[in-house]
Amino acid sequence: MGTLTEEIFSRRLGRAVHAGDTVVAAVDVAMAHDVTGPLAIEAFRQLQAPLWDASRIVFSFDHVMPANTVAAAELHRMIREFCVEHTITNLFAEGICHQVMVDRHLAQPGGVVVGADSHSTTYGALGCFATGLGSTDIGVVFASGKTWFRIPETIRIDVRGALPTGVYAKDLALNVIKHLGADGADYCAVEWTGDAVTAMGVEERLTLCNLSTDFGAKTGLVAPDEITFRHTRSEPIDLCAVRPEYAQTLVVDAETLRPQIAVHPSIDNVHDIDELSGTPLDEVFIGSCTNGRLSDLALAAGILAGRSVNPRTRTIVVPASRGVYLDALAAGYIETFALAGALVLNPGCGPCLGRQHGVVGPGERVLSTSNRNYPGRMGSPDAQIFLASPAVAAASAVAGVITDPARLAPAP
Amino acid sequence: MSGRVFLLGDGISTDAIMPGRYNVTTDPDALRRACLVEARPDFVQTVQPGDVIVAGRNFGCGSSREHAPLSIKQNGIAAVIAAGFSRIFYRNAVNIGLPVIRCVEAHRVLREGDHVTVDTLTGEIVGRYGVLLGEPPSGVALRIIEAGSLLELIGNGGWAALEEMQHVS
Repeated sequence: MGTLTEEIFSRRLGRAVHAGDTVVAAVDVAMAHDVTGPLAIEAFRQLQAPLWDASRIVFSFDHVMPANTVAAAELHRMIREFCVEHTITNLFAEGICHQVMVDRHLAQPGGVVVGADSHSTTYGALGCFATGLGSTDIGVVFASGKTWFRIPETIRIDVRGALPTGVYAKDLALNVIKHLGADGADYCAVEWTGDAVTAMGVEERLTLCNLSTDFGAKTGLVAPDEITFRHTRSEPIDLCAVRPEYAQTLVVDAETLRPQIAVHPSIDNVHDIDELSGTPLDEVFIGSCTNGRLSDLALAAGILAGRSVNPRTRTIVVPASRGVYLDALAAGYIETFALAGALVLNPGCGPCLGRQHGVVGPGERVLSTSNRNYPGRMGSPDAQIFLASPAVAAASAVAGVITDPARLAPAP
Repeated sequence: MSGRVFLLGDGISTDAIMPGRYNVTTDPDALRRACLVEARPDFVQTVQPGDVIVAGRNFGCGSSREHAPLSIKQNGIAAVIAAGFSRIFYRNAVNIGLPVIRCVEAHRVLREGDHVTVDTLTGEIVGRYGVLLGEPPSGVALRIIEAGSLLELIGNGGWAALEEMQHVS
């Protein structure tokens, strides 16, 4: 009985747990990537303990893949050697850790998953409790298979009605962040519910739970249903909130939403697109663990087909994973992007965190489908970052200025 | 501990503390040098052991990179005092033994360069204006801080120390 979080932990521990309780629970999978992994390995080594379970530890090379500096290559080598030493076979270099976890069905409904990356909340879209931890915590899990959790209170987002044409999960999440603030869900779980959410496919639900960490949530969750089980290829489980007590419920009227833009320098500085139309852009980035999936690329390709990106706006497309890349190739989207003049880069985090490709210079303006617009996130602290949906990104790449796709001139 | 105040604003992200271009390493000294390198370029040059960081809401928001609290600790900062902390940053700071104190008023009352004396276990912050009482770690976080770090807690107490956390209120 309780919220989704309370239900998941009560089942796991075999006793009723409630918000505010501190528990020590086994996790199903622990994930780390090429930047957080090395510190986790160092923490694990300090414990001088045997490895918990090689089959439940996952490493992903994504933040700096392929390596662009000797230092990055050294981190990769350290992780590879650790995996050889401990016969860990879940070492992937095929895209963003979070999408790889989903592609490879490593997160399952009802499960508990931890990752050394804040956007580990993403898998909550599949009905598991998934949260980000630091490297030391993950290093301890490498040895014990367990960690401590404070069972969080839950904020329910009740999305009523259907999203209008041209408005997507990204817009919904940014609108919620506008209302709750960048720390509005601190220490809480967020349950995404309502007509618009149950109508969404898994990819859009992943976007919602991905962005949950960006307003402070410990996890984002969507109750698993037929759509979930089809995607995870798992036996259906009966998991839903049962007479839950929510700390807060935010009702969102989906029908009235416009495309949203989060404006530099914070993710809760959110405006309707109409207030920003015409803002010149130096770069557009379509990708990331928020919006780099097939449905996102399909939206962008639909707009870019038969059009060209504006020559003053370099446009970078990064499929979230190899699986997404292959599907996009088969669907012809990659060709569409190349013909339109966009740069298509290898699956991974890409320009999102300003470490590898597409770094922005001082005074530049970039519109990104990713999740963070902090000063310095994508390069120079004097660049401005705008966050929006893939549809807005594609239309804006064509126009060279922030553009509502509904107002884009017809393709020639 | 006594030291000077470095005053920062609201929403200081781990990207600001440790930009992505600098954290491709586990070397503590490289992390120390990159701390706040763009947000406060004077920080590393002028910080002295015992100084404190005082900030507004949502300190350490964003990325889970533990490199951020590590870089602060490597600079000898005695405590981070903020109106609010992002969850992962707070947990990471506690895990590595970097003292953290929640205090809603501190960033409004204290000024850049103020001399303060901080008791990291009681949360008492004493300066020229008088005394502020912040909220130091409690429960599991206090247990870790008292042990020095999460690795020391488990190193000294074994896995029982982890299991016992469920009995800490």
